[in-house]
Amino acid sequence: MIIQALAFYLFAGVTVAAGVMVIAARNPVHSVLFLILAFFNSAGLFILLGAEFLAMILVVVYVGAVAVLFLFVVMMLDINFVEMRHGFLQYLPVGALVAIILLTELVLLFGAWVVTPVALQTMQRPIPAVEEVTNTHALGQVLYTDYFYLFQASGLILLVAMIGAIVLTLRQREGVRRQSIPTQLARRHEDSLEIKDVPTGSGI
Amino acid sequence: MEALLLEYLPILIFLGIAVGVAAAAIGASLLLARQNPDSEKLSPYECGFEAFDDARRKFDVRFYLVAILFIIFDLEVAFLFPWAISLGEIGAFGFWSMIGFLGILTVGFIYEWKKGALEWE
Amino acid sequence: MLDTLAFPEVFLAIAGMAILIYGVFRSGNPTRPVSWLVVLALVVALLAVWFGPEQGQAFGGMFVLDGFAVFLKILVLLGSSLAIILSLDYVDRENMARFEFPVLLLFATLGMLVMLSANDLISLYVGFELQSLALYVVAAFRRDNIRSTEAGLKYFVLGALSSGILLYGASMIYGFAGTTNFDGIATALIGNRVEQPSIGLIVGIVFLSAGLAFKVSAVPFHMWTPDVYEGAPTPVTAFFAVAPKIAAIGLFVRVLVDPFLGLVDQWQQIIIFISIASMVLGGFAAINQANIKRLMAYSSISNIGYALVGLAPGTEAGVRGVLLYMTIYLFMTLGTFAVILCMRQKGRMVEGIDDLAGLSKTHPMMAAAMAIFMFSMAGIPPLAGFFGKLYVFLAAIEAGLYTLAVIGVVTSVVAAFYYLRIIKIMYFDEATDSFDRPLGWEASSILGGSALVILLFFLFQAPLIDGAGAAAASLFAG
Repeated sequence: MIIQALAFYLFAGVTVAAGVMVIAARNPVHSVLFLILAFFNSAGLFILLGAEFLAMILVVVYVGAVAVLFLFVVMMLDINFVEMRHGFLQYLPVGALVAIILLTELVLLFGAWVVTPVALQTMQRPIPAVEEVTNTHALGQVLYTDYFYLFQASGLILLVAMIGAIVLTLRQREGVRRQSIPTQLARRHEDSLEIKDVPTGSGI
Repeated sequence: MEALLLEYLPILIFLGIAVGVAAAAIGASLLLARQNPDSEKLSPYECGFEAFDDARRKFDVRFYLVAILFIIFDLEVAFLFPWAISLGEIGAFGFWSMIGFLGILTVGFIYEWKKGALEWE
Repeated sequence: MLDTLAFPEVFLAIAGMAILIYGVFRSGNPTRPVSWLVVLALVVALLAVWFGPEQGQAFGGMFVLDGFAVFLKILVLLGSSLAIILSLDYVDRENMARFEFPVLLLFATLGMLVMLSANDLISLYVGFELQSLALYVVAAFRRDNIRSTEAGLKYFVLGALSSGILLYGASMIYGFAGTTNFDGIATALIGNRVEQPSIGLIVGIVFLSAGLAFKVSAVPFHMWTPDVYEGAPTPVTAFFAVAPKIAAIGLFVRVLVDPFLGLVDQWQQIIIFISIASMVLGGFAAINQANIKRLMAYSSISNIGYALVGLAPGTEAGVRGVLLYMTIYLFMTLGTFAVILCMRQKGRMVEGIDDLAGLSKTHPMMAAAMAIFMFSMAGIPPLAGFFGKLYVFLAAIEAGLYTLAVIGVVTSVVAAFYYLRIIKIMYFDEATDSFDRPLGWEASSILGGSALVILLFFLFQAPLIDGAGAAAASLFAG
């Protein structure tokens, strides 16, 4: 139990600190690396809650793909942080105001939270206990049957993302010679080789 | 829940040891090595004179396209994991719903193959 | 059973994928055949919606079909197909003829259909994202043009932010109600009616409305509209101004009326505020515009303000007013953009209002049609725009929202200024240069058809008003 509490405070503390460092770091590559640290610690927090599938997805998709994309963008754009930070002080009051409003709302919500009887009913509806059925298994039991519509729609969203990425970034370079393996394999030896009968002493 | 977390305890210990070793290495160098920081030591070397320009070259956007295509198929695999585990309970409907999803992404795959997004020159 | 209710959506998805594969395997530039195939698919879906089932829920309550959804789906499908037809000529001339363009617009339309049938917070979000993602790409379609890429980037960044806010609100509502289904939320609300509605629920509704108001480009979430409308290629702007607006307003109405009708006093204040702000800003900010696409952006903001006046009362008459207004808005906007797409001088597209000078002498029919559209937008009887505003303001007055109606009328008069100024420029200014001929049969026919609809609306309004009334009734009954 005490290890659980310790682990929670460790992960939560590092996540918050890494989050602050993402915006405070001077070098944009450092920002992305701190973001990766934040993701890893959030995955740890998810495991403490028993949501292991979510933790795995966080690591595989977020760190493995999204953070890589962030790094690519940072490398591509050659961001000059000093220039970008230039108007920071001028926007600070507005940003702080928005942050304080959101924080106040969050605190108010937390204090005044009311759970309706219906919600209590829903909460008691069994998500299978984590000892009997692992989180991944429990997700699999409902995702492909009860939530079929959303599942297929998210497949379509991924398709649109693929089309969009190709439409926006694929460029064909002019004058590039490519191989066409089927053409090469379909070549018949009659087309490429001709045996000429040469009488002795004369050339071709 | 306790049982679940107990299974992850070795990972936590591993993390602790990793942090410990890294801290020991950096701490030892901080304590024992002579510290004499100088900005010249960190600046890039260019044959003895000051560098004219940034070392960066124009980044080819093809890498980005590959990364995006990777992320899409990665998400497809992420959906495959729970399906693989629970295939016994979800029956034929669950099976065919995943086949439909894979079909949608296969259409995308055919599209990108034919467009030449997988060619690398 | 399942797919009979969702047949249009399933059909469009399969058709979209089939057309994509056809397009990629066709040699040469298949943009034109692909565009016509997409239009055909949309028309088939429209017929399926019209003649298909009228009522029902599917997919475990995530998908709902009622008269309201059917009405709006027909509008959206009609608007999309007409916008794609309008784009054919422009796309060829401006070297953006790639076949993915109509395919992406088809998927965007599919997203809109999913949005309109959403009975669940998650399916709302999924439809929202499907539509938005396709539109982000299409806004940046001319990837070598800096204005187009700027438009796409701005739209994407602000759209992603608003999606985040919408999800935040949806998660608050889920925390309160324990379910994401609209019917479930409505039941949870009834059970909790006695005390003051919990602050979590209010905050959730506010955030949800903020996310939806962005899509609808209501003030103060309208910032993206002028820049994106001006920068995106013109047929894309035509599409933006028509179909996503209708779908988003439909979603807005459904989200606020279906689960949250009990809280109408709470969200009414929000809607009144954004409606007044949209009408005022749309009226005043457009006065100084010189670019006609920017002017149309501000005009669409003010039109959404008027439509939201119909949502504010939260009554059946109000929703009927919204549906009527959006129908008339569809034809006015499509017709105006058909004229804008004809504005080509010496082979280059022109976008200044002053380029319309003297249109009455060079292209009298086009000028007459444009005059009809401008008069209608200004709300001059007996054109259709007047009736749209009439029903919306009537519903507001019936519910006692007198200030709202008065402000609506006043801003209508202010907005009339810039519409009438366009008419003045067309009829009373000297022509500098005429537009290139030929105009293309697509643009002319859509222009002519929309002008006729707006002109003759008052003769045939009864069936449309009855249809809108029935659709509104079905929303409140369900």
